[in-house]
Amino acid sequence: MVAAELTAIDPQVAAREAEARQKRITSAQLYLDGVHVSFDGFHAINNLSMVLAPGEMRAIIGPNGAGKTTMMDIITGKTKPDEGDVYFDGTHDLTLLDETEIAKLGIGRKFQKPTVFESQTIQDNLLLALNVDHSVRGTLFWRGSRGEAERIDRVLETIRLTDARDSLAGNLSHGQKQWLEIGMLLAQDPKVLLVDEPVAGMTDVETHQTAELLKAINRDNKTVMVVEHDMTFVRELGVKVTCLHEGTVLAEGTIDDVSQNDRVVEVYLGR
Amino acid sequence: MNYFFERCRAIALACLLLAATAIPALAGPFEDAIAKFANDDFSDTDEAVGIIASSGNPQAFAIISALQEGRLFADPDSKKVYLTGTDGKSADAATGAAVAEVPASAAAVRLNNRLRRNIESALGGLTLMSPDPAKRIASAQSVFKSHEAALLPVIDAALEKETNKAARTAFAEARAAILLYKEDATEAEKIESIAIIKSRGDQDALALLTSLPPDQTLGVTRTAASAITAIKSRQTLWSISQNAWYGLSLGSVLLLAAIGLAITFGVMGVINMAHGEMVMIGAYVTFVVQDVIRTSYPGLFDYSLLMAVPLAFLVAGILGIIIERTIIRFLYGRPLETLLATWGLSLVLQQAVRTMFGPTNREVGNPSWMSGAFELGQITITYNRLWILCFTLAVFVILLAMLRYTSMGLEMRAVTQNRRMAASMGIATSRVDALTFGLGSGIAGIAGALFTQTNAYVTLTVFDFENSAKVMVMLILGGTGRLYGAFLGAAVYMVLEDYFSKLSPTFWQFGIGLEPVAGAVLGKIAILVLIILFIQKRPRGLFALKGRAIEA
Amino acid sequence: MTPHFLTRTLDRSATIFILIVAAVGIVLPLLNLLLPADSPLQVPTYLISLFGKYVCYAILALSIDLIWGYCGILSLGHGAFFALGGYAMGMYLMRQIGSRGVYGNPVLPDFMVFLNYKELPWYWYGFDMFWFAALMVLLAPGLLAFGFGWLAFRSRVTGVYLSIITQAMTYALLLAFFRNDFGFGGNNGLTDFKDILGFNIQADGTRAALFALSCLGLIGAFMICRFIVTSKLGKVLIAVRDAESRTRFLGYRVESYKLFVFTLSACMAGVAGALYVPQVGIINPGEFAPGNSIEAVIWVAVGGRGTLVGAALGAVVVNYAKTVFTSGALAPYWLFMLGALFILVTLLLPKGIIGTVNAWLDGRKARDNANADSAEAEDGIIKPDLEKA
Ligand SMILES: Nc1ncnc2c1ncn2[C@@H]1O[C@H](COP(=O)(O)OP(=O)(O)O)[C@@H](O)[C@H]1O
Ligand SMILES: [Mg+2]
Repeated sequence: MVAAELTAIDPQVAAREAEARQKRITSAQLYLDGVHVSFDGFHAINNLSMVLAPGEMRAIIGPNGAGKTTMMDIITGKTKPDEGDVYFDGTHDLTLLDETEIAKLGIGRKFQKPTVFESQTIQDNLLLALNVDHSVRGTLFWRGSRGEAERIDRVLETIRLTDARDSLAGNLSHGQKQWLEIGMLLAQDPKVLLVDEPVAGMTDVETHQTAELLKAINRDNKTVMVVEHDMTFVRELGVKVTCLHEGTVLAEGTIDDVSQNDRVVEVYLGR
Repeated sequence: MNYFFERCRAIALACLLLAATAIPALAGPFEDAIAKFANDDFSDTDEAVGIIASSGNPQAFAIISALQEGRLFADPDSKKVYLTGTDGKSADAATGAAVAEVPASAAAVRLNNRLRRNIESALGGLTLMSPDPAKRIASAQSVFKSHEAALLPVIDAALEKETNKAARTAFAEARAAILLYKEDATEAEKIESIAIIKSRGDQDALALLTSLPPDQTLGVTRTAASAITAIKSRQTLWSISQNAWYGLSLGSVLLLAAIGLAITFGVMGVINMAHGEMVMIGAYVTFVVQDVIRTSYPGLFDYSLLMAVPLAFLVAGILGIIIERTIIRFLYGRPLETLLATWGLSLVLQQAVRTMFGPTNREVGNPSWMSGAFELGQITITYNRLWILCFTLAVFVILLAMLRYTSMGLEMRAVTQNRRMAASMGIATSRVDALTFGLGSGIAGIAGALFTQTNAYVTLTVFDFENSAKVMVMLILGGTGRLYGAFLGAAVYMVLEDYFSKLSPTFWQFGIGLEPVAGAVLGKIAILVLIILFIQKRPRGLFALKGRAIEA
Repeated sequence: MTPHFLTRTLDRSATIFILIVAAVGIVLPLLNLLLPADSPLQVPTYLISLFGKYVCYAILALSIDLIWGYCGILSLGHGAFFALGGYAMGMYLMRQIGSRGVYGNPVLPDFMVFLNYKELPWYWYGFDMFWFAALMVLLAPGLLAFGFGWLAFRSRVTGVYLSIITQAMTYALLLAFFRNDFGFGGNNGLTDFKDILGFNIQADGTRAALFALSCLGLIGAFMICRFIVTSKLGKVLIAVRDAESRTRFLGYRVESYKLFVFTLSACMAGVAGALYVPQVGIINPGEFAPGNSIEAVIWVAVGGRGTLVGAALGAVVVNYAKTVFTSGALAPYWLFMLGALFILVTLLLPKGIIGTVNAWLDGRKARDNANADSAEAEDGIIKPDLEKA
């Protein structure tokens, strides 16, 4: 009675994918062009275009409601854009894929509101995140391997939760949950990491540690997109910054450039 | 002023006419004809009937109807004819003078089938002259159906004198029917007749046209055929509107229930499984009100519904508030458990009502102003359904006004749209929750009170699973985001149900090879299947709001 | 499989549960068959059948718990799968009657003769063979669940909407099976069974064997459920239950998982129905009534959802109470009790009996060794934060 895997890829989509692969539209890791999204007439994303090169780390800032989270929703397939192109690796048209397929391509995400599996242990949370066989049969007859155990140990080490590995994730503090979620990203080992407000609820020390961790990940040749309000944190990352406002790119450049940009100042401070 | 004189003249004329008919006829052909009854000969009797019917004598109707019912007695010796009235009193047929009793030698005048037919049409002809226009119309109608050629002169005469508009039309139609069937009528006459019959356009007209004998001229056949199609298509239109009316009026009760459900849904975010029981309680409140009135204040019966509706609202509403305070509020954010708890609640309420009122049907009556019906074109509109529709619309309008213009309504909308925000703006959300839930339940109570007026009793299953399911389906179809979603959902549902109940028998037969008696049941199944498919595409209803709030 | 699998599946409480069921399944039939009728320990046959019914209900409860307790799918239509399994078995039993029916028709069951059927409808073919009927016991509910689930899960119908449409599904089947021309005996259903696999269905020995088989079925269903919930797939199911969309972003195809457990659970319910029918001697459309399905859900809630032992226990406890109440002077109050049970359990005992006991035991253990960090749930894992919005 093993259910057949449901594949959402219909032949048409597959054909378009194949075409895109041949053309390889762009050499960028993530490529957004002219994206529009509206909810009930409210334009959350307006003509948004952005390019992330492979191995790049990018910080995204912008006032509340600027559309930062929505942009991640679009990249991960949660929200379908009304218009515009979104490509991964220059070959995969993300607007045609669903969340599962996009995750399998190697795009991992940490949510703004930390979402971990609260009724499971920290260890199990990481186990679930490991990028191994995710099919029904694979998980039903899964037997842990030493390699997997080691990976989990390493991640636990990195996120400093080794001692708490057997306690329920629901019992963690807000900051610890953030870390656990970053840990799940590590276990998932994706090519692109989308990190939404990772240091909310963290102390200064933890913030600093998080910045170090993200830089380390980036050094591992991963593409990283970080959304954050905390300017010291962004400064610490020391990477190119994109400022979003009302769903569109307002300014792009180094943190100093952007924070001296008149329009950015206007948006943040009001007039 | 002019009008006054006109009236006087008309009254004077009527008096004159009455006087004329009241003057007893002098001895003459009428008396001779009566005597013929005594001959005990069918053809003589026939002849007599013909003469009497066309005599214009006021006794004529009494005599011929007595003949028809075997109350006419003839004495072969004295040649005198007697009749006994329906009241049993006897009289001399010729003079109308009362007699003590019919002599023993007199025997009932015998009839055969041919005579019976002639008597019938003669009677039809006689009532054509009745002073009561309603009777004239009725008899013209019967002539229309029988299209007895012998009555043509009578009809013509009647038509000449007739002043009442409706009666004129009836006579003209009767005349047309006769002409159409008259063998020696000209083609032009027949075609003209068909036009008149066509404009009448009902079932009888259709019958008349379809049973036309085949040996007609081409022109007549063609006109008749086109008239038949015209009538038929007009009839379909009428039957559609009848169905629409029927659906609308029954749907309106369901609609009220659906609105109530939508309101409670707004509070809980979950369908209230005990909603049907709120409807039931409204129905039983109506029963209790009527029961009290019947036993103690019978004179007030006509006002029973006017009392029951607000009372049903109050009882169900207060019960709703109690339920919200004691059960529902502990379950916010646990939709699946809410489903179970409200189901349990429905069991308890059902059983409580069963214990109080017994498991059998209890009678509920219509106030006099809600019984009866009138015709609108070819559709029958019953007063109870009309009033139910009016009540529904009134409730709907009041509700919309309340939600839009009162501060309570504003608070309700605020809380159901964004509870946390509303709370932080200082709205006492828990009070609003309770009141909103009470409001939704109260409206269900009203639905129950009105529901009793569609059938003459209440039972525990007034609002059985099926009706509840219908209401849920309406809500699902319409979406819960906006109040008028329920309205649209109800409309869409009623149309679908009607459509599928008609479609499915053959549809089903086609698929499975069973006899096509399936009817409504499969209609329902088809609907349920459709709903399942529908939820596929629009999980949040046809007219749902989009937004983050509903995703949580 | 490997010992690894066995140790994982059979922890202490699971082993105890299986041993108890096995003991009951062996001892009760023996007490029924071997002891003389006047012995105080003799278990009368009607009790064997009654307990057999409870055991079937326990299997149904397990199947509901598997999807509700572990995957968050609240099916209010599981009675439909139970009844379909029951009908498949009933059809076999009907065909076994042969010419012993009232009308003596060797092929057509009585109701068909009565309804003027000229020949057996095609969908009754093959039911004279036990293996075929047994296959159908699995296939009929399984295919329905697969089709239904495929449509529902693919388009992400979840939560109460899913519950409502499962209820609509069983209601639609109720209407259909009530029809005479549907070919399943209409209103009266299938009854008057004579024998099963050649054994007289009324005989004490057959009854006892059926009871023992039901217990075996319960053990089997329990082992399957344990195997699933203790596997990594079980963790994925819980992840889906607690944070479905998060699971998707990790690259799991959630609808496949749901479809798998939903179909498996429907098959289990079908088996329960098939074991149930020969013991109660009748199957009719009433089994499809929405009320039945939702009542089965409350068994699980009472026992403790997310704990397999609890589900089975809840089925037995609630049904035992039902038997006691509805057969005594308290009968008119049973529905009050049942309704109150729905309300009180959801309000006061959201974890159910076993869940609450587990939580209490865990709490005590945690207090005993104040800084011990292993507070693993005994049997599966209970969602700790039920008040979460
Ligand atoms: N699913 C949705 N439905 C309706 N509005 C949405 C939805 N998702 C986002 N929005 C709106 O889009 C805007 C952008 O939101 P978001 O991307 O969360 O902003 P940010 O993360 O930059 O603070 C907000 O105004 C938000 O209300
Ligand atoms: Mg955001």
